[in-house]
Amino acid sequence: MRYLPLTPDDRTAMLAAIGAKSIDDLFVDVPEAARLDGPVDLPRVAGELEVERALSAMAAKNATAGATPFFCGAGAYKHHVPATVDHIIQRSEFLTSYTPYQPEIAQGTLQYLYEFQTQVANLTGMPVANASLYDGSTAMAEGVLMATRVTRRNKAVISGGVHPHYVKATETVVHAVGVETQVLAAAIDAEAAVIDQIGPDTACVVVQTPNVFGTATDVTKIAEAAHAAGALLIVVVTEAVSMGLLKSPGEMGADIVAAEGQSIGNALNFGGPYVGLFATREKLIRQMPGRLTGETVDADGERGFVLTLSTREQHIRRDKATSNICTNSGLCTLAFTIHMSLLGETGLRKLALLNHEKAVATRDALAAIPGVEILTDRFFNEFAVRLPKNAAEVVDTLAGHHLLAGVPYSRLAPAAGMDDVLLVAATETTLDADIRILAKALTQVLGA
Amino acid sequence: MSTMNTVGRPTAPNQVQSKPATLTGGRGLLQNEALIFEGDGWGKTGVDLPEPKTDGSDLGDLVRKDPIGLPGLSEPEAMRHYVRLSQKNHAIDLAIYPLGSCTMKHNPRLNEKMARLAGFSDIHPLQPISTVQGALELMDTLSHWLKTLTGMPAVALSPKAGAHGELCGLMAIRAAHEASGQHEKRRKVLVPTSAHGTNPATAAFVGYTVVEVAQTEDGRVEVADLASKLGDDVAAIMVTNPNTCGLFERDILEISRLTHEAGAYFYCDGANFNAIVGRVRPGDLGVDAMHINLHKTFSTPHGGGGPGAGPVVLSEALAPFAPAPWVVHDADGYRLIEREEDEAVQAFGRLCAFQGQMGMYVRALSYMMSHGADGLRQVAEDAVLNANYIKARLSDLMSAAFPDGPCMHEALFDDEWLKGTDITTLDFAKAMIDEGFHPMTMYFPLVVHGAMLIEPTETESKAELDRFIHAMRLLAEAAKAGDVDRFKGAPFHAPLKRLDETRAARSPVLRWTAPEGSNQAA
Repeated sequence: MRYLPLTPDDRTAMLAAIGAKSIDDLFVDVPEAARLDGPVDLPRVAGELEVERALSAMAAKNATAGATPFFCGAGAYKHHVPATVDHIIQRSEFLTSYTPYQPEIAQGTLQYLYEFQTQVANLTGMPVANASLYDGSTAMAEGVLMATRVTRRNKAVISGGVHPHYVKATETVVHAVGVETQVLAAAIDAEAAVIDQIGPDTACVVVQTPNVFGTATDVTKIAEAAHAAGALLIVVVTEAVSMGLLKSPGEMGADIVAAEGQSIGNALNFGGPYVGLFATREKLIRQMPGRLTGETVDADGERGFVLTLSTREQHIRRDKATSNICTNSGLCTLAFTIHMSLLGETGLRKLALLNHEKAVATRDALAAIPGVEILTDRFFNEFAVRLPKNAAEVVDTLAGHHLLAGVPYSRLAPAAGMDDVLLVAATETTLDADIRILAKALTQVLGA
Repeated sequence: MSTMNTVGRPTAPNQVQSKPATLTGGRGLLQNEALIFEGDGWGKTGVDLPEPKTDGSDLGDLVRKDPIGLPGLSEPEAMRHYVRLSQKNHAIDLAIYPLGSCTMKHNPRLNEKMARLAGFSDIHPLQPISTVQGALELMDTLSHWLKTLTGMPAVALSPKAGAHGELCGLMAIRAAHEASGQHEKRRKVLVPTSAHGTNPATAAFVGYTVVEVAQTEDGRVEVADLASKLGDDVAAIMVTNPNTCGLFERDILEISRLTHEAGAYFYCDGANFNAIVGRVRPGDLGVDAMHINLHKTFSTPHGGGGPGAGPVVLSEALAPFAPAPWVVHDADGYRLIEREEDEAVQAFGRLCAFQGQMGMYVRALSYMMSHGADGLRQVAEDAVLNANYIKARLSDLMSAAFPDGPCMHEALFDDEWLKGTDITTLDFAKAMIDEGFHPMTMYFPLVVHGAMLIEPTETESKAELDRFIHAMRLLAEAAKAGDVDRFKGAPFHAPLKRLDETRAARSPVLRWTAPEGSNQAA
């Protein structure tokens, strides 16, 4: 087997050095009843060519975003990633290294994490960010838990504009520890509705901008209301590129930002791996979940970086830890930070404007179709439309014509009574021709 | 041609003996590299985009006006920056990476190639199901391999890391107790003192009280202590097997029998599955739930700390409680069940927004298919053989924590042999860096004083093991000979000397900020 260097002669010599007669001698502690005599019932060793054929056959059965006019968003976005990014993240020293627990021989990882933390802090408009969490949805769950630790209160008020899967992933975890959630009814443009629900037991309010329907909201007033009641404001962002055009959560008074960073540097990957961005205010850092990289000096006084504040973490604190998290999203943070370094502020702002431009053009094209109602007023690169037919059926029909027209809201929340709502996203990858194809196909399907 | 200056070519070693410090701080190929924020990148960009036709003014007050504070790098500058940084990292591709409990094995590049097939990497998690049949087939195939290798009837793929898998398993256990009306009284989880920190952290996270179980002299769970703590107030036990001392729990069948008799579930931390894959099925040991770190046993890259993946295999009793989403295969093809409410099941919820770590599923399946059932069995055998070889070759100089009997995939030493040398486990580890090796896991498990946990994995050749053993022996002899300076100040030859972690924690500096008086952004 090509990944196993030991030869039969090596094995014999090594067993002799150990003083064992056979390999079975090394497995004597396994109870006899649990020992397998031979290989389990699965295929046997396969060469590269065979494996590549089998997996390529599976891959070929999927319709790829790059090969079709593509308008899906709802928490995952198709962006162009510079070739440099994928090249660098495949360098051995990044790909095949472990968590930087030995900082003297892991400065490469530690320095880019420090740069990543600074980029995320500045992008979100917050003073500090951690070295990432699994994804945006788990970041939101961690944010709610952190807010309950900070405020010593037990309830989260969640806007109806937050991505339903984020809500579900958060509720699953926080309910287990007895945190209450109040989720408002789905609404296209009503983030501020959370204000009326803030009470003395509210640990945090959670809003999303742009929200799952694409609506961008200035949440400053929500922040003021939350703070007046002693609660924290958590702002969820599922499209990181939006912060290149829209006011940052920090500017608007957020205490915690939980964002999905996939859009910068990372492929769609059918949902993962992605990269959760998590940022907060300086005074809350000791309640933060996840890894943190900090600056220090070595024995000669040279600047260096280390993982720090680990007394919050599970390997030190065990059952008293702020979270059970034992990792970050390493390579995805590297992809993010490389892509962000290539963009720079100039490129990011331009990229964000291009996204907005394409979405506006798509909106204009769809608005001209009889029966289509545009639901979202102020949006970044995604908006909701009401169709005169069931949105999921329309999307399925169009998929049969090699067109991925968007995400039916009912896919995320079947019980919301919004079966006619379609979420449509455009990015810098959207061609004018794609928009024409979408408008034409939708006109035909709706007219039929 | 006669004017060509040949002085100095070819070079020959000169006679200067001293080694002056460099003038710039750079050291040969090892470059000093400033932060991206410290360069001249303000306003620069390394991407060429068309001019936007909008200025965003339709968004009015929502538009971000203040500087964001993001420098840019041209493509060549970006390449150099990250390549220079990369050269300050140790990597599996460079040498043995013997971190116990971490399973740092070779990462096949076929896996990377497969994960980058557009049919896997360029598909959206919410595309119509008819357009992702191949992706669901891959998830279903991976599930089949994981279930067959573990002898378990069900698997939840979506957990994003080992600790996330622990959370998934304990949530399923909790849901099962809730379903049977026993949750209110079953509020304890038993965890051996040798467990990974994530075990008690996860149990506490889910709201359980953690009760520690004692360990025997020979490094296993003390069955009598476990039995005395089991009762109708216990929800589950969390046992790592092989355990964190690198030993197989000989009494595992008795442990699972007692656990089930008490009405509790057996959560197995599968971090060390690499030692037994293909030779032992956890299902045959009475396990109810076990996470599998795809980044350990199944070779997906560690990537400097992630992303990982931690699918959880489940017993018949816990299977109905698995979280959404999951794949169903029937006559109509593959379906993805995303809303458990629609199904007649008791799923405990959802752990993340989408389907989990698809990119890792592809890599892990690529690795499994390459090995096959026979190759995977050989993986466990070679991993165990390599660890025992190291243990045998070092035990005369260093003190094995559990000298009697074989170890599994990792060899554990304590610091008894360093007594009287004034050298600690940490010093020894840092001296290994100077010899070109990544240190083993230090001070874990907690139950062994000054622990040094060495896990070579099956992808080390005998020659590399011998090279490592040779270095370890020389270092051990130097330590015993009183060559204290070699250890106390180590590392001397790494990109940096020993770092001040105390200072970093006392006054945390977690981000770059512009020096005072500068007009740089942010």
